[in-house]
Amino acid sequence: MTTAAPKHKPKMAELSLGQRLAPWMPVLLVPVLVALGAIAIPQTSSWLTLTVSGLAMGMMIFIMASGLTLVFGLMDVINFGHGAFVSIGAFVGVSVLLVLGQMSGAPSLGLNLIALLLAVIGAMAATGAVGWAFEKVIVMPVYGHHLKQILVTMGGLIVVEQLIVVLWGPEEIYITRPESLKGAITFAGAALEKYRLVAVVVGLIVFAAMRFVLRRTKIGLIVRAGVQNGEMVEALGYRLRRVFVGVFIAGSALAGLGGVMWGLYQEVITAHMGNDAMILIFIVVIIGGLGSVEGCFIGALLVGLLQNYVAYIEPKAALISNIALMVLILMWRPMGMIPVVKAK
Amino acid sequence: MFRSILSGDMPRSVVLSVVLTAIFVGLALAPFLFPGVRTVDTAARISVFIVLVASYDLLLGYGGIVSFAHTMFFGIGAYGVALGLTHLGRGFDAILIGALGGTLVSAVLALLIGLFSLRVRAIFFAMITLAVASAVAVLASQLSGLTGGEDGLTFKLPRELGPAFKFGKEALGGELFGVKLNGKLLAYYFVFIGALVLFLLLLRVVNSPFGRVLQAIRENDFRAEAIGYRVVYYRVAATCLSASAAALAGALYAVWLRYVGPDTTLSMELMIDILLMVVIGGMGTMYGAVVGATLFVVAQNYLQNLMGAASGLVEGMPVLPQLLSADRWLLWLGVLFILSVYFFPTGIVGRLRNGR
Repeated sequence: MTTAAPKHKPKMAELSLGQRLAPWMPVLLVPVLVALGAIAIPQTSSWLTLTVSGLAMGMMIFIMASGLTLVFGLMDVINFGHGAFVSIGAFVGVSVLLVLGQMSGAPSLGLNLIALLLAVIGAMAATGAVGWAFEKVIVMPVYGHHLKQILVTMGGLIVVEQLIVVLWGPEEIYITRPESLKGAITFAGAALEKYRLVAVVVGLIVFAAMRFVLRRTKIGLIVRAGVQNGEMVEALGYRLRRVFVGVFIAGSALAGLGGVMWGLYQEVITAHMGNDAMILIFIVVIIGGLGSVEGCFIGALLVGLLQNYVAYIEPKAALISNIALMVLILMWRPMGMIPVVKAK
Repeated sequence: MFRSILSGDMPRSVVLSVVLTAIFVGLALAPFLFPGVRTVDTAARISVFIVLVASYDLLLGYGGIVSFAHTMFFGIGAYGVALGLTHLGRGFDAILIGALGGTLVSAVLALLIGLFSLRVRAIFFAMITLAVASAVAVLASQLSGLTGGEDGLTFKLPRELGPAFKFGKEALGGELFGVKLNGKLLAYYFVFIGALVLFLLLLRVVNSPFGRVLQAIRENDFRAEAIGYRVVYYRVAATCLSASAAALAGALYAVWLRYVGPDTTLSMELMIDILLMVVIGGMGTMYGAVVGATLFVVAQNYLQNLMGAASGLVEGMPVLPQLLSADRWLLWLGVLFILSVYFFPTGIVGRLRNGR
């Protein structure tokens, strides 16, 4: 008895609606969470306040986390010392602001913004430089060796934290925000802190700029190709190592920017604030999908919103809620919401 | 006989054998050799930390998995004993129930975390444990009704382990070589023997076929999977074993301190100490834990004074006094840590074994 091979019958079928929507599912999670928050919190004004502060917190976490996720995607380097850049950024930025006390204390928006801008530039320059040194001294000798990377970058974090204590002293530093960013505006009965609105705007600008660089420029093309298949990019003649150092510096500088914003948000800075922020940063990059900037953005917004809603409803459950969110998302998509496809 | 007690894992170096024997004799006879509250306390701490670091080495050195939740398991064991002794009265049964309860909770938690993260990527494990451990630490200080919050719990041990309990009055006149025979001495030997048994058990585990498979996975997980070992199962099993051993070490620590609190058992600083002990002593060998823990705890207790003295000497110069002050010793440990990962990845024990 012979059985003929089944006839080859190729079919052209449009992707079903579900299949086409699947990649966009994570994007939908943010509005879903906001809607759930609106149901759980009956007073519209407090819901609005919480949503804005959740978005602000999410944006700041995104700024701090984006560098980490890109560095991992590009070179498979996991940097546990990323939090050190957050701390350095905060300390340098705040020092600049304290030196420019006259400008940031003046009741003029222009002067305040200039002071803030100088602080941010100082912080980003410092963290960029430290990031470059960190990459050269600490990370480079352990390429391709995850276990050693984790250990060595953790050691780097300890050293940097201790050096901050040596330079700035062990006490926490309290700071006040620039004069015109203090206080809140009232909108639809809800008090919205000005600083948080600024944080949301800055976060959106950073995200848009990152997307523009990654999607529309040559260097972004190389970076994205490098994330997918580094060997191929090198075979085409690009020195991926140089690109990587650039990405590492940029990521460190962004962490510094995030550090300044986070410090002004908390109004107090300590040497171990970077290490504390790392916990949220790790949750965000894991649920977003290691290596994915968009996933990191969505993850950061989810974490920020959830943390604020839960802290309002049941303060003690706030940190646990983030762990629960991570567990749920990993059950749904084990590689994170937007997994990075590696051609390896 | 001796070989089978050590599970066939001999020190394989003369210097190392001498060092290990010295540490063993020193710890076994600590109350008689170095009488004094502080030295005996140091010896008990060393015993507990040897077990804790050895259990961490099972994960890091043998399994090649980095965990930041080891203090969490340690703390769960300690809190188990504390809660047992607080709520069930001051008896040995309370210690036993508390320790076993803590161990069980630790093992289940390790199983859950392991199944969640290790099935995807081993690298997730490090990040997820960091997040979970800090959440548990915050939780422990928030649930003050159960755990005593930041203040921790102080509890009473069984009478036989307290300083008020005296024995051997008739036979020895209450003293042996000038050391008072009281419950504090018994408590020390309770901790020492408990630690010794746990350490030998861990030595047995890493030298068993299971330990071999773990080493194979560490060297090349893809190949181990191809040979037919389910890598995830072995990794998760190693996590659970290591968490249970850490919880039991925590139980011993609680018995010794008669107190548990977030700072002594759950803090991130403690986790960093453990990492340093493993790396400096030597990853991938249980004797590394012995050497690392002993060196570290002794240094922690005595070297800090030395640094303080050095800082006093350079008084008046610019940054130097701050760099050398006793509070900054973590800075130098961090530098030492990075250097030893680069240049001595096998640690002191690896050096001694290869340098024959």
